[in-house]
Amino acid sequence: MSVTTADQAAPAALLQAAPLLAIRGLQVEYQSGTTAVGGVDLTLHAGEIVALVGESGSGKTTLARSVLGLLPASARISGRIDFDGTDLASLSEKEFCRIRGRRIGLVPQDPGASLDPVRTIGSQVAEVFRLHQDGRRRSRRELRAEVVRLLTLVGIDRPEERLRQYPHELSGGLKQRVLIAIAFSLHPQVLIADEPTSALDVTVQRTVLEVFDRLAKEYGTAVIFVTHDLAVATDHADRIVVMRGGSVREDRGVDQILARPEDEYTVRLLEEAAPARAAVPAASVAASTSSDYALEARDLVKVFDRGGTNRAVDAVSFGVRPGTTFSLVGESGSGKSTTARMLMRLLDPTEGTVLVDGRDVTGLDGRGKRELWRTLQLVYQNPDSALDPRLRIRDIVAEPIANFRLGGRAGQQERVSELLEQVNLPARVASARPMELSGGQRQRVAIARALAAGAKTLVLDEALSALDVLTQAQILALLEELQRELGLTYLFISHDLHVVERISHEVGVMRRGRLVESGPTASIFGNPQHDYTRRLLDSNPGHRLRALAASTK
Amino acid sequence: MTLHLENPAAASAAQITTAPAATRRRPSARIGLWLTALPLILVLGWALFPGLFTTADPIAGVGAEKFLAPSAQHWFGTDHLGRDIYARVVHGTSQTLLTAGLAVLIGLVAGTIIGLIAATAGRAADAVTMRLVDVLLAVPGFLISLIVVTAFQPGPISLGVGVGIASIASFARVVRSEVLRVRNLDFVEAAFLSGGTYGSVVLRHILPNATGPVLSLLAVDLGAAILAISGLGFLGFGAPPPTPEWGLLISEGRQYLGSAWWMTSLPGLVIVAAVVLLAGFGRQLLKIFRF
Amino acid sequence: MGRYVAQRIGQALLVIWLAYTVIFLAVQLLPSDPVTIFLSTDSAVDQATIDNMKRQYGYDQPLLVQYFAQLGGLLTGDVGYSLASGEPVALRIGGVIGSTMALALSAFATAVVLALAVVVAATLTRSAVLRKVVLNLPPLFAAVPVIWLGLVLLELLSIRWGVMSLFPDGSFLSLAVPVFVLGVHVSAPIAQVLLKSIDTVYSQPFIDVLRAKGASASWIFFRHALKNAGGPAMTITGITVGTLLAGSVITETVFARSGLGAVVLQAVTTQDVPLVQGLVLLTASVFVAVNLVVDLLYPLLDPRILKSNGQGSPRVLAV
Repeated sequence: MSVTTADQAAPAALLQAAPLLAIRGLQVEYQSGTTAVGGVDLTLHAGEIVALVGESGSGKTTLARSVLGLLPASARISGRIDFDGTDLASLSEKEFCRIRGRRIGLVPQDPGASLDPVRTIGSQVAEVFRLHQDGRRRSRRELRAEVVRLLTLVGIDRPEERLRQYPHELSGGLKQRVLIAIAFSLHPQVLIADEPTSALDVTVQRTVLEVFDRLAKEYGTAVIFVTHDLAVATDHADRIVVMRGGSVREDRGVDQILARPEDEYTVRLLEEAAPARAAVPAASVAASTSSDYALEARDLVKVFDRGGTNRAVDAVSFGVRPGTTFSLVGESGSGKSTTARMLMRLLDPTEGTVLVDGRDVTGLDGRGKRELWRTLQLVYQNPDSALDPRLRIRDIVAEPIANFRLGGRAGQQERVSELLEQVNLPARVASARPMELSGGQRQRVAIARALAAGAKTLVLDEALSALDVLTQAQILALLEELQRELGLTYLFISHDLHVVERISHEVGVMRRGRLVESGPTASIFGNPQHDYTRRLLDSNPGHRLRALAASTK
Repeated sequence: MTLHLENPAAASAAQITTAPAATRRRPSARIGLWLTALPLILVLGWALFPGLFTTADPIAGVGAEKFLAPSAQHWFGTDHLGRDIYARVVHGTSQTLLTAGLAVLIGLVAGTIIGLIAATAGRAADAVTMRLVDVLLAVPGFLISLIVVTAFQPGPISLGVGVGIASIASFARVVRSEVLRVRNLDFVEAAFLSGGTYGSVVLRHILPNATGPVLSLLAVDLGAAILAISGLGFLGFGAPPPTPEWGLLISEGRQYLGSAWWMTSLPGLVIVAAVVLLAGFGRQLLKIFRF
Repeated sequence: MGRYVAQRIGQALLVIWLAYTVIFLAVQLLPSDPVTIFLSTDSAVDQATIDNMKRQYGYDQPLLVQYFAQLGGLLTGDVGYSLASGEPVALRIGGVIGSTMALALSAFATAVVLALAVVVAATLTRSAVLRKVVLNLPPLFAAVPVIWLGLVLLELLSIRWGVMSLFPDGSFLSLAVPVFVLGVHVSAPIAQVLLKSIDTVYSQPFIDVLRAKGASASWIFFRHALKNAGGPAMTITGITVGTLLAGSVITETVFARSGLGAVVLQAVTTQDVPLVQGLVLLTASVFVAVNLVVDLLYPLLDPRILKSNGQGSPRVLAV
C-alpha cells in the first residue's frame, strides 16, 4: 500500500498545539493484584495516528481501553486522562455515555464477534444516531439514507441490500468495514483502533486499512492504533509507542524509531520485523536435489459437500525434498490446512495420492496409519489445546514412546529427558502441567512429542501463529537447529509471509483450493509470476521496513 | 426436537470456566468448596452413624411427650406419637440418601454409556440414541418414576430405580456434549497421532477431561433426586410409615398443620438446605474440574 | 427455511411415534397382560371374566395386531378405554385437563415473570450486595420442595392467619397460592439458564462495541442482550413442560384441587394400564408440541440457526 509518510514539518507543528488527549501517570491494576499498566504518560494531538505496539500482556489494550472507560469492573484506575478539558478517568458511566461514540470511537479487534448477531446491519449502524440525537430527530427515511451513505463511504457494495442482512451473512472484511462506518459515523475526535485487522487476511487487511486511513485523514481524526505487528504500525502511524510489561519503552516518530531505535527491546522487535536477511542455507537444498521426495502430494482433491461443486482442495501437487522446508502459504479458506490434513492421512482425499518417502500411503487402514505416524507428525497451531491439560509434561512426551512400545520404563525416562533437552527445555519442566508453561514452552513440548517416536517429517500447521513475535523467533531458531541436527523435513503451513520467507527452501502459494504457484523461495518472493502472488506480496505489511532495508543494503 | 443447551443445572454451574489453573490454586476457591462440603459431610455422618448425632429413638415414641414444640431438649420438637423429630430426620437420612444415591448411580452409568455412544459411534448411532433420549425427556420424570414404582413393589429400591431412569436423559445429554467438546480438541487427535487406540484415547484423554460437568451434574442431580423422592414419598409411594424418611416426615406433618407447624417445616428446611448445598457443591466441583 | 420447518415437524412426529412404541413395548414387559394385572387385586374374579374382558379390550389379539390397532386408534384420536371405569381414556382426561391447564399456564406465566425479574435485577443493579442476593435466588427456588412450600403457606395463610380456606373455594388466594407455589418451582431453571446465557452474551466483544457507541446499560440489556439470550431461555422453557406437569400433580394434591393429578394417582394405584398409557402419551405429545413451537420460533430470535444446519467437516474420531 502506498503510505504517505508524514512530512517532517507536520509533527513539529502538532507539538506546539495543546494535546487533544493527555494521559498522565496512568496506572491500572486488577483485583488479582496484577498491574496491567504502571504509570504511563501519553499524548495525542488532533489528527495524529499513534501506534501502541507490544506483545500480549504488555498493557497496550488496557491502556487504550481505559481511554474509552471500557475496563472490566475489577480494574482500579489512577492517574489522569485529560481529553479536551475533562478528566476521563474520573467520569461516571453516565457521563461517559455522552462521550463514547460521539467524541471517542472504537474499532474493535474481532469483527466476527463485534456485531450483535441477532440484529440487522442497518439497525446497528443507525443505532449510533438514535443514541446521540443531539437535539435532532431524524426520520426513518433520513436515517436510512445516512446509513446507506456511510456504508458506501467504507466501500461496501450493494448497501441497500446489506441493511436487511445479519452479520453472519457478511465476510470478516465486510464486517470490519461496517464497524469502521459505525466508528466514523459521528466524526469523533479520537478513535481507538484495537488490533483492527489482526483477525483478517493480509489482502483484506490492506483494503480495510486503506479505508481506515482515508477516513481518518479526511475527518482529521486522531487515532490510537493498537497492534502487535510492528510492520503494520510503521506503515500506518505517525508515531510509535513501544510498550512492555505495562510501561512505555520508547515513544518517538516512526522515522526516528526506524532509523535510531534507542531501547534494546525495540531493537529486538525491529530485528524480527525486518525482512528476511540472507537467503536460506543453500547447501541443504543442493544436497537433496534428488528427485525423491520425503512427502509428496499428487493431484489431491477434496470435496466436502455431496454435490461436489465446492472443491476445498483442487488438483494440488507438490513434493518436499528430504531435509528441506516447503511452505504452503495462503489466506483463510485457501485449502492449505485441508491439504495438510490429507497429507497427514487425517482426512481422506476425494481424489489423488499421498506419498511418504516414495510409498503410496493413500489407502492405508487404521493400523497402517498408526505405523505411518511414527515417521510423519503434526504440530498444531494452538499449543493450549494441543496438550492434555491434566497430564504432566513428562507423560505427554512419553505417550508416543509408550504407545509404540519403544524401550522400557527406564528407557522412556531417559528418552524424555533427551527430547526435552533437544527442544531446549529445562529438565524441571518434566513434572509441570501445560497450564504452568508459557505459550512458547508449550509449543516446544508439542515439538518434543512429535519427535518422540522418531518422526523424520513434521507438518507444522500454523505452528507459530499463536505466539508473540520474539517467541516466534526462538521457535523458528529451534526448528532450524533441529533440521540441521536431525535432518528433518518440514511442511510449513502459514499465512505469515514474513516467517515463510525466512524459513522455507521452497514455497507454494494456495488460493481457493488451487496451488497457483510454487518454486524456490527466492524466486517466488523476488520474481512472482502469478497475479495473486504479487497481490499477496504487495499486501504484506512492512513497506517502510523493506524500503529501509533496501536503502541500507 | 433440537435442544440447544446442556442440562440447566449443569449449564448454570458452568458460569466460571476461564482460567481454571488460576482458580485451582486460589485459596478462595478452596474455601468455597469447604464451606459447602463440610455441612454435606455432616449429613453424610447422619446417614452413616446416626447414633453419634442423637440418642433419641426414631421409631418408638414417648407417650407423654406428644406435640412438643422445638426446645433445647427436642431441637425439632416431637410428633403425634411423641417421637423426637430431629432423631427421625437424622435416622431418615440413610434411607433418603441410599435411594437418591441409587437413582443417581443408575442415571450416571446408563447416561454415560448412552452419551458416549452418541458422541463417538458415528452419526447414525447419535441420531438413534438422541431421539430415544428425547422420548425419555418428553415423558415427565415424575410420571416415569410413578409408573416404575407401581409396576413393581413400592419401596426404596423401585423408587430409586424409577427416579434413576428419569434422570438418564440429563446425564446422557451432558456426557454427549462434553465428549463432543473434548474430542474436537487438538490433543485428542494428537493422541491418535501418538499411536493411541480408540479405547486408550477415550479412557486416557476424553473421559477424564469430560468429568467436570458430569461430576457437577452428579451433585445437582443428587439434590433433584432427593426432591423427587420426597415428592413421591409424600404421595405415598415411598418407604412404609414407621421407617423415617425425609419426604415421609413432611407428609406425616400434613395432618397436624394446625397444631404442630414444626412437623412439616423443620424437616422441609433440612431438605432445602441439603439440596442448596449440593447445588453449590456442584458449582464448586465444576470450578475445580473444568479443564 | 422450508427445509428447517419440515425437519422440525418430522422430528416431532418421529419422537411421538417412538414414544408410543416405547410405551407399547414397556407394557409388554409387564409380568402379565393389563387386564390380569388390573384384576389381580380382586380375588373373586375367575378366569372367564378375565378372558372376557381381555377380548373386549383387544388384549387377546396377536401383538402386531394390537400395535397397529392402537396406533390406528391414536391417529383417529381414540386412545382406548379405562379399565377401571370403562370410559374412553380421552374423555376421562379431557374432563379434568381444563383445570390443570389453567393452573399450569398461570404458573408458567408467573415463572417467566419471576425469572425475568431476577435477571433484570441481577444485571442492572449497581449494588453488589443486591446482585449477590438475587443471584442466589434461583438455586434456592430450585431446592424448595413444592409440597413443603405449599404446606408451609397453607399453614401460615389458612391456619395461622385465617385469610385463606384450606380447600379450594374459588377465592383469589385459593387460586393464587397454588399458582405461586408452582411458579416458584418452575422459575428456577428458566432463571438459571437466562442468567447463564446473559452472562455469555455479556462476555462477547459486541457488548463492548455497544458501550463504545455510547449505549447505556439498560439500552444494551433490553435492546440487545435479552434478544441474544432469548434463544437458550426459550429452549429451557420448552423443557420445563415436564416439570410443570409433574409439579401440577403435586400442587393439586397439596391444595386438594381436582384435575389431572387425581386421575394420574388413581390410574397408577389401580394399575389401569390403558389410562396410564394415555396419560404418558398425552404428556409426551404436549412436550413435543411445545418444543416444536419453540423450535419454530427460534429463528425469529436468532436467524443464524437456519444456516448452521449440517455444515462443516466433522473430525473423525475412530481411526
